[in-house]
Amino acid sequence: MERVATFFVLVALAAVPVLTAIFDAPFYLDLFGRVMIYAIAALSLNLVMGYGGMVSFGHAAFLGLGGYAVGILAKEGIDSGFVQWPLAVGSCALFAFLTGLVVLRTSGAYFIMITLAFAQMLFFLFTSLAEYGGDDGLTIWTRSEFSGLIDLNDGASFYYLVFVLLLLCLGISARLVDSRFGMVLRGAKANERRMRAIGFPTFRYKLAAYTISGAMCGLAGALLANQAEFVGPSVLHWSRSGEILVMVVLGGMGGVAGPVLGAAAYLLLSYFLADLTKHWAIIMGPLLILVVLYARGGLLGLLGGRRAKADSP
Amino acid sequence: MTALLLIEQTLNGLQLGVMLFLMAAGLTLVFGIMNMINLAHGSLYMVGAYCAALFLEWTGSFVLAALLALPATLLVGLVVEIVVLRTLYERDHLDQVLATFGLILFFNEAVHLVGGAEALYLDLPTFLKGQVEIIPGSPYPLYRLVVIAVGLAVALGLYLLVTRTRTGMLIRAGASNRAMLSALGVNVRLLFTAVFGLGAMLAGLGGVMAGPTVSVQSGMGENVLILAFVVIVIGGIGSIRGAFVAALLIGLIDTMGRAFMADIMGLVMSHAAAQTAGPTVASMLIYLLMAGVLFFRPQGLFPPRGR
Repeated sequence: MERVATFFVLVALAAVPVLTAIFDAPFYLDLFGRVMIYAIAALSLNLVMGYGGMVSFGHAAFLGLGGYAVGILAKEGIDSGFVQWPLAVGSCALFAFLTGLVVLRTSGAYFIMITLAFAQMLFFLFTSLAEYGGDDGLTIWTRSEFSGLIDLNDGASFYYLVFVLLLLCLGISARLVDSRFGMVLRGAKANERRMRAIGFPTFRYKLAAYTISGAMCGLAGALLANQAEFVGPSVLHWSRSGEILVMVVLGGMGGVAGPVLGAAAYLLLSYFLADLTKHWAIIMGPLLILVVLYARGGLLGLLGGRRAKADSP
Repeated sequence: MTALLLIEQTLNGLQLGVMLFLMAAGLTLVFGIMNMINLAHGSLYMVGAYCAALFLEWTGSFVLAALLALPATLLVGLVVEIVVLRTLYERDHLDQVLATFGLILFFNEAVHLVGGAEALYLDLPTFLKGQVEIIPGSPYPLYRLVVIAVGLAVALGLYLLVTRTRTGMLIRAGASNRAMLSALGVNVRLLFTAVFGLGAMLAGLGGVMAGPTVSVQSGMGENVLILAFVVIVIGGIGSIRGAFVAALLIGLIDTMGRAFMADIMGLVMSHAAAQTAGPTVASMLIYLLMAGVLFFRPQGLFPPRGR
């Protein structure tokens, strides 16, 4: 079921630019582009949370850091995507590695709190950077340039680039999870002490996973900044971390593609609810609670199959 | 002049500290006994402030409004506990974070519906508006002193409740071994509802007292909530004593950092660089402190015994 659902979602996503061109509704191109970008962010979180059991409540930090890397470089006159994007991904990997050294010493509730704390730290850092917009954020006047290879100003090209990157991240996730590395990670989630006892330095594996996850989320941040042509502290707000968490859980943590379904469901739902009433959050909140209380295993769980896996305590 | 400023900032830090303690006390009790992360605790703080603002409009008396706001927040807290949180105790932290995140979305929008989209303001009555000269020549707002006094009184009361009464004994027992307490015939569920109500009321009190110093608006509880999380993590989750020490520590460090960091950094670098970097470092200071504490003591400064 999961494969079928994923396949249909991906085909639908691939068809979006054609449909928006026919019906002349460029807004939806933006909306679904954002869905895919958040899907990448949710994928990255699922890597550490779904498989490693590390509930990070600070992934918005990477989203923001990746975005600011693009924004700050653009402001300094460096428009080349070949410089911007690797720097965005690299700085996020570095930040994840360095904070990972600290946060991975803790577990459980402490882990949730300390990841949140690091994200808040970045939030306040960028809020106080008056030179780069401070509170108001930073407008990005030109999207990343790839010296004629691809033009990001063209809606459909940008969309398909995001689509390809999403496929890439899906592929990487799937490969990682089924590799020896992924097995160790899942083993550490189930019983870390036992994994250590049989000789795996679980800390290093978790640190590697956390770094990869941060890098992947940084890519999403760079894409988001390009799409919005803006980056501001709101991207790093802690509620953003919460939203990414919601997407992962909504989609279901058992499978690789859950986050994609979750991101689509969350963003489309909030969009349509917001269309219905400006008080959309008053419906979204209780809906979320109901999902947590009664639809364990998320959308994948509802589709059947992976329920048992996602239910592990 | 510097000494005056120092005293003033110490008092400000103390004020922030006791406010944080009011939030952190509820959080840490709820976590200590039921192992539950409650993000919606900040919403209760907001509900307290909103209730006070609405009751003030209705009654015209600040004291009456404050006194009415407390049971109102208690009531909201109990309803939330019974309707939503009760089912979450047996779930993992992730489910708790998500469901209470949903509660935040709900409450932030609900206060918009009840109190309107505009921020509300709580006007102080005249008898609280004055200034006091703590040391001759430096007036300090009376209300801030009242906040400190109330906060310290509540902390003392809570300390006596937890260490000297039978209820307190049950609370401590619940924190160290819930299953055993339940096996001894204590209705842990009821105990927890009571503790949650107490925590809700303390958060509400924090909101009421903060009301006159900030604007009462949707989302006002979130920054305080995150600071309170930092407090309970540094203090050791589940420890009231740790929450108290850490709350004052955070309050003082944050306030002092904001006031003096630029000058302190000016000693080692150029004035201009210190003026830009100072506020940045100051705003990150407590998170750095938290990271440092967790690095050396992953369980916090006062980890609760018996677990």
